[in-house]
Amino acid sequence: MTERETVPDRPLEPRPRAIVIGASSGIGAALVSELTKRGYLVAALARRADMLQELCDTASLSAAPGVYARPYPHDVTDFDAIPELFDQIVADLGGLDMVIYNAGVMPAVGLDEFDFGKDKFQIEVNLLGAMAWLNLAAMRFQASKQGNIVAISSVSGDRGRRVNPAYHTSKGALSIYMESLRNRLTQHGVAVTTIKPGYVETSMLEQVPNPRGAISAAVAADKIITAAEKGRQVAYIPWRWEIIMLIIRHIPSFIFRRLSI
Amino acid sequence: MVEEAATVLSHDQLERVEAWGRASGSVAHVYRPSTLDDLRGVFQVARVNGRTIAFRGGGNSYGDAFGNREQIVLDLSRMTRILDWRPQDGIITVEPGVTVSQLWQYVLEDGWWPPVVTGTAKTTIGGCASMNTHGKNAWKLGTFGEHVRSFDLLTASGEILTCSREENSDLFFAVIGGAGLLGCFTSLTLQMKRVYSGLLRVEVATRPNLVGAMHYLEERMETADYLVGWLDAFARGRSLGRAEMHQAHYLADGEDRYTAQSSRPVNQALGDSVFGVLPKSSLWFYMQFFMNNAGTRLVNTAKYTMSRLTAGEQGKSYLQPHAAYHFLLDYVPYWKYAYGRGGLIQYQCFLPKETAEDGFRDLFQLGQRKKLPNYLSVLKRHRPDPFLLSYSIDGFSMAMDFRITDRNRARMVSLTREMDEIVLRHNGRFYFAKDSSLRPSVAEVYLGRERLDRFFELKRRVDPELMIETDLWRRVLRPLY
Repeated sequence: MTERETVPDRPLEPRPRAIVIGASSGIGAALVSELTKRGYLVAALARRADMLQELCDTASLSAAPGVYARPYPHDVTDFDAIPELFDQIVADLGGLDMVIYNAGVMPAVGLDEFDFGKDKFQIEVNLLGAMAWLNLAAMRFQASKQGNIVAISSVSGDRGRRVNPAYHTSKGALSIYMESLRNRLTQHGVAVTTIKPGYVETSMLEQVPNPRGAISAAVAADKIITAAEKGRQVAYIPWRWEIIMLIIRHIPSFIFRRLSI
Repeated sequence: MVEEAATVLSHDQLERVEAWGRASGSVAHVYRPSTLDDLRGVFQVARVNGRTIAFRGGGNSYGDAFGNREQIVLDLSRMTRILDWRPQDGIITVEPGVTVSQLWQYVLEDGWWPPVVTGTAKTTIGGCASMNTHGKNAWKLGTFGEHVRSFDLLTASGEILTCSREENSDLFFAVIGGAGLLGCFTSLTLQMKRVYSGLLRVEVATRPNLVGAMHYLEERMETADYLVGWLDAFARGRSLGRAEMHQAHYLADGEDRYTAQSSRPVNQALGDSVFGVLPKSSLWFYMQFFMNNAGTRLVNTAKYTMSRLTAGEQGKSYLQPHAAYHFLLDYVPYWKYAYGRGGLIQYQCFLPKETAEDGFRDLFQLGQRKKLPNYLSVLKRHRPDPFLLSYSIDGFSMAMDFRITDRNRARMVSLTREMDEIVLRHNGRFYFAKDSSLRPSVAEVYLGRERLDRFFELKRRVDPELMIETDLWRRVLRPLY
């Protein structure tokens, strides 16, 4: 352990603990920076160990004394490893207050392509990984009567569009799973927040032909953590997507299936 | 039995352990054993899982003294047996989880009262001995530990050591006031004090400022049995530290013709309503609207003015049951919730009589200047005691309650740092039971390296592997170890 990681807790200077799953780039990396900036101790998880290490070093250096991010290389489809890793992280951080599931993949899928391999991969990363991680968080928070569970779902989960059916399915299912968690855990004092980002400037956006009004990952991260800390139930990021999706959700199918959106 | 005890830490034992003042907390595996075997079983769980143990009694320490983040908290509140009672000489042996409330109700009808009690009766005897608490008679009868005759201590190795002034005396003087860091009490033997009535003669009077309040205490040290002052930290200038003072006397033998009546717990009760109508259990809800600078200023002024008009400087006296007089913190149930989500901290410091007036004035003025005045201030008189990590001093203490909010936390951190400097400059001391802000460098100065080394030497002897730790230990003492 580094010197920074052995600083004791002081009652008047709380350091909440957070886990970010899917942290090496995009929104996840921005979440790690934003959390350390706000004084959280962060466990950052992703597959790409080198990127993770660099991210954590940078975040720790610019954070307040005693605040740090620690890298944990991990593949969310390695389901069997998760319970042990979860306990290890909670012990290392010395507690847990927030878990953010951000891992998500969206391979390019042609409009006439039906590739089960790609579909399975997306369900495993975007949905089953979330269940594996957030079930553990739910169990702990249910007992300790505190905590924030956050998942980065997507506006894509609100409607099944013609592009990439599995991606829409995974995000739609994730939103429903989060709603169920919320309905279970509210009575135990646990906040469950579903984040539905619109266009955010990340590598995923490269597949979108005309992303109008995209916000940067850093801005998105700030809004996400604010929503989580406030205990919001569902938060569209940025908020105008709430209106856009309200309209889109209400387009009747006889029209929707003829649209090219 | 030990062998059968569960040795795995499960989610099921997880619990949020909150500071009494609610300004901080952490999650831990909490165990509440009810027998000595179960108690040993928890030690076994800790050993097998490589975890540390902190002990908790009533959980009334304001800060992190019983917290143990992600480790084990051993809650003694079910170890509540009275093991032996000798009404002829007032010597009682109890398990550590016995509360002050349980204790006084047990002994009063035989004509005894605990010589030192806390401002709430919810504290446990184990907790009182660990923190070496004091009451409103600290200058006269000293601290809680001075009335402990002996105790049995379960150490990290599983051995039970009997400690008294004669036997294992080095441990005796270190465990009392040792913040639960050397072992777990399994029983304690205490000396009670003879009383001849269930009532006290109480006098209320006002004093216009800090100097007046301090003189009030000094002048009555020879005659009074209890002395305390409630100061208004909002008043400025010549009124700085204006106060409502209380003194109380025991009744002499024969003075109370109905001792059996007045000693009954039912006649000691605090009452559960105000003005006969408003239930006290709902009072905290209305109090929260006054828990801001403007509201508390108003309440303090109203309270002082009322006392000045009804009692004045010459004072007014009346008879009051022991319990009603002592346990003022229990008068309004749940009052801490009036402080809101962020809770409160208490900052209590002890200053020598020579420097106290200066020091307290500096502290009050600093809070006023930073717009962080304390909402409740209690002034008491003390005397030195023989315990190793002692906070006692031939002088005065001021206990100050501060409201904590998300917005003032950072400013409170810098305020407490500046207050620490004032206290050290006036050769003052601090008290673990109340603490939320002490830093190792400050503890090192007020306790002194020599005392710390003696304490650490004992720690190495009875707990070499550091199986017993608390959040407070890691924050204040561990860095000096």
